[in-house]
Amino acid sequence: MAQVSVTVNGKTHTANVEPRLLLVHFLREQLNLTGTHIGCDTSQCGACTVLVDGRSAKSCTIFAVQADGSEITTIEGLARDGRLHPLQEGFWEEHGLQCGYCTPGMIMSAVDLLNEHPSPTEREIRDGIDGNFCRCTGYEHIVNAIQYAANKR
Amino acid sequence: MIPTAFDYQRATSLDDALAKLSASNGAGKLIAGGHSLVPLMKLRLSEPTMLIDIARIPDLAGIREQDGTLEIGAGTVHHDVATSPVLRQHCPVVADTAATIGDPQVRNRGTLGGSLAHADPAADYPAVMLALDAEIHLRSSTAARVVLARDFFQNVLTVDLAPDEIITAVRFAPVRAASYAKLYQRASRFAIVGVAAALDVSDGVIRSARIGLTGAVSHAVRLTTVEAALAGCEPTSRACAEAARLAGSDLEDINGDIHASETYRRAMIPVFTRRALDGALARLTVQS
Repeated sequence: MAQVSVTVNGKTHTANVEPRLLLVHFLREQLNLTGTHIGCDTSQCGACTVLVDGRSAKSCTIFAVQADGSEITTIEGLARDGRLHPLQEGFWEEHGLQCGYCTPGMIMSAVDLLNEHPSPTEREIRDGIDGNFCRCTGYEHIVNAIQYAANKR
Repeated sequence: MIPTAFDYQRATSLDDALAKLSASNGAGKLIAGGHSLVPLMKLRLSEPTMLIDIARIPDLAGIREQDGTLEIGAGTVHHDVATSPVLRQHCPVVADTAATIGDPQVRNRGTLGGSLAHADPAADYPAVMLALDAEIHLRSSTAARVVLARDFFQNVLTVDLAPDEIITAVRFAPVRAASYAKLYQRASRFAIVGVAAALDVSDGVIRSARIGLTGAVSHAVRLTTVEAALAGCEPTSRACAEAARLAGSDLEDINGDIHASETYRRAMIPVFTRRALDGALARLTVQS
């Protein structure tokens, strides 16, 4: 077993874990933060995307021990005082989801994208969500939702 | 998917990592970004019993310019290579190549050293390292050595790297007139065929060309026939098109898989060689 201490959405958690425990399982099963989804489990679909020290990462491809000492943000950490994050609002207003399975990962990738490109072009938005698959929407409304959030900031 | 159990240690310095690696008697496997290794472990295609984490070793990451040579630390993630102002200015082909790897999340974690050590037959970096004639710097607990990229890649997932060695950095002389052209596998973004071309031109003549090919055979290789055909030519699109026709003609055992047949890959090698050469020519024009 190995000790892991991570700050998730501003709160520090310390736990003893098996080194082979994946970060996504740590978040979902030990911290009960089930907003981060497991999709393909093969580093492709991006449903498990969280921010690790501010950068988007696929939590199905990181062992929890690798994140020791890191700051992690999940979808649960975006809303403030009961008010949706601009990206969450954008997905609501622009109908950026149908089934919603990819949405948490899509939004976390978009957070990283907007940090790097506050006023992204459509091309930059599409490149920014290149690592996230949506099987419902055809991406149009997702792009609009991210544009909405960019315009609002 | 759950990997087999393993012990985990985090290295605090390069010397610490080398000591841990040496003490593990061959059991220790290095992990940095883990974006080649963790997927393999989840599929149980790789079952290391000990991981030594080198992701947070100071000085293993970073891009430096010294005496006209560029050095990229092995722990530098693809995102930082893709967005490096130094590389964009002096050797944009490296930044361009990094920007084509995987997707943003992969580029935030995957490292240059990890990609080179893993040596996936379809990885992007090996092609550009060949085109730049890069030096790959290695350290063990007892020695340091330098291997040229053209000697480093040896076979499928096989490189000149001993179990007790760590890649510390790559070094190369920057080339502005260089470009990477890639036929993407649409889902993974790996190269079905990827070609990096670098041109050395003076007084209106191509003095030498170096061309690296990835994706097509067991490991990245130089297209020496095309290089020889270009030497002494005028740097024109026509000359490049003529030479590119030869690309891959002397290669055997071209890869064929569900993404592209052997015949298709063979047909694409000249196409992407020409595009890479045209890209290098375009940078030559901008430069002069």
